[in-house]
Amino acid sequence: MTPREKRIAGFVAFGALVVAVAVFPAFVSDFKAREWAYVGIYLIALLGLNMLTGYTGQISLGHGAFMAIGGYTTAILMAGNEQFGGPISGGMKDIYTLPLAGLVAGAVGLAFGLPALRLSGLYLALATFAVAVAMPSTARRFAEWTGGGQGIQLSGLPELTGGSVEDVDILGLSLSPNRWLYYLSWSIALVAYAVAWLVLRGRTGRAFRAVRDSETAAISSGVSLARYKTLAFGISAAFAGVAGGLFALGTASVSPDVFPITLSIFLLVGVVVGGLGGLSGLVFGAIVITFLPLWAQGQDLGSLLPQGIVEETQKPGGSSIVFGVVLILLMFVLPNGVSGLFRRAGQAIAKRRYARSE
Amino acid sequence: MVAASFAEFAQQVLSGLASGGIYASLALALVIIHRSTGVINFAQGEMATLSAYIAWTLTFNHGWSYWPAVALTLVISFGGGVAIHRVIIRPVERGSVLRVVVVTIGLLVAINGFVLWRWGGEPQLLESPFGTGTVQFQGVILTRHEVGTILVALGTVGLLWLLFRFTKLGLAMRATAVNPDEARLVGVRVTWMLALGWGLAATLGAIAGLLTASSLLLDPNMMVAVLIYAFAAAVLGGIDSPVGAVVGGLLLGLILSMLSYLSQYQAFSWFNEELKLPAALLIILIVLLVKPSGLFGKPEVKRV
Repeated sequence: MTPREKRIAGFVAFGALVVAVAVFPAFVSDFKAREWAYVGIYLIALLGLNMLTGYTGQISLGHGAFMAIGGYTTAILMAGNEQFGGPISGGMKDIYTLPLAGLVAGAVGLAFGLPALRLSGLYLALATFAVAVAMPSTARRFAEWTGGGQGIQLSGLPELTGGSVEDVDILGLSLSPNRWLYYLSWSIALVAYAVAWLVLRGRTGRAFRAVRDSETAAISSGVSLARYKTLAFGISAAFAGVAGGLFALGTASVSPDVFPITLSIFLLVGVVVGGLGGLSGLVFGAIVITFLPLWAQGQDLGSLLPQGIVEETQKPGGSSIVFGVVLILLMFVLPNGVSGLFRRAGQAIAKRRYARSE
Repeated sequence: MVAASFAEFAQQVLSGLASGGIYASLALALVIIHRSTGVINFAQGEMATLSAYIAWTLTFNHGWSYWPAVALTLVISFGGGVAIHRVIIRPVERGSVLRVVVVTIGLLVAINGFVLWRWGGEPQLLESPFGTGTVQFQGVILTRHEVGTILVALGTVGLLWLLFRFTKLGLAMRATAVNPDEARLVGVRVTWMLALGWGLAATLGAIAGLLTASSLLLDPNMMVAVLIYAFAAAVLGGIDSPVGAVVGGLLLGLILSMLSYLSQYQAFSWFNEELKLPAALLIILIVLLVKPSGLFGKPEVKRV
């Protein structure tokens, strides 16, 4: 495909995605719409993480912590933390808190990006992993801000649209709370998708890729490593922050258990499965990290294996075994993620067309 | 009064060193794998948990006595480590580091699930091989288990040092770590050396798991925090330096136990158990910023 055709194909695919997202809830149950809302939320975080890990080459195992920062920002702005002895009285409407959640997380991301400049590869992975691991106990320790282990409850608050039980009236439509969450997160996800595409196609995206491919070559061509690495950290943390804010609205509460270490791990898995350095596969990455754990939970280890190997089925832990094994197998069969699969398909089509034109 | 508080202080130092010994063993496992394969094995802690459970089930369900059970566990762990490298790690070793990271994460989740599935979530008691009594020296009271832990950590390091320094196998393993291509040219069977490294690491992890299980309780998630401390220890000592891992582990145990000890005083009263993990994180961050190569590591030099 020529670059022009490619761009047109991209626009058509994006348009199709918008239409699909808009009509999708009509075909699924209210409960399923809620699960798909989480796909949208994860997609936002994955778009951010991919900018950092896929395009700039900086591994982050701590993006759950940035989501937590966004989630706590949203919750504190809505409910306040005066009841725990904190300084903020709250009272902000939920959707207005989301940009602020992005800003706060983005600022923390920029601040973390500065020391992270000195780290690369696995060292950065370790440092960010440590951040994610330390987040829950830090939140518990500073209880006057975060509500400690109990966290902050949002359900029933007037600031939460619909209070998570009533129907929401918007643009002349009446939406159930689950569908409202679906449309809210997917509208933001689509905007985030467009923003990510705009950032990555231009000068900034080129600089990111230069940093990833060879730091030395990037410096020699006048690309400031410090500037672009911290920028990538900031933007990707801001995306994660918005996703975290939405996550808090979805669960209608925040607490250390809402953002466990596994969240950070899932995000990295989503990016790797989706395919580093491509946007189209990320939707699949988001679907995998939403539904694979749910699917694994529904699996009966006894029925997956030949009969007689396990006697007692339906014991706790079986779902984790299935999840872990599927994860390893995915890495075996999809070395470059779903995006890589798309790229290979595109190359095959181009090759066939070239052969025919001769 | 002064003497009593000195004894208390010394006691705190030694029990810090004892938990440091556990961190050191697991950190050493991480370092061995990182040195040879350039990979950080996120599943190291869970592999250790699995080993501890194997030892427990041998003694508890199959009536083995303690030391044969430990010996068999170490052998099984070694074989398991070699098998994991051959079957799961080798196919993804070439190519992006991230793939290996995700594979070890998958392994972490799967092993954790297996332990929970096979043995359930209730904590189990694994007795200490060193007995339950205490050792008293000049007013300093230590459990025999703490003394044993320190000795085992030092003994393991000594054995490894002998292996790497004085045997042909150790030399081949070091050559593989330094330059796999040239090692292959002089006839070292590189992939087997790597698998051997994984086996050794799994054995070290098993030791750490056994020591942890008998100082706390045997529990499917017991190694999660220990793994983070081991990361911190490995980074502190220099992630490519075995000596560094041991010194880093002992030092970390010491620092954390000192912080707990000092928290009885006004100036450190902000510190509590919740902050132990964040403190380890802070150590990782400070070391990475001030001296990324760690205390004993060589700085990485990049050629263009």
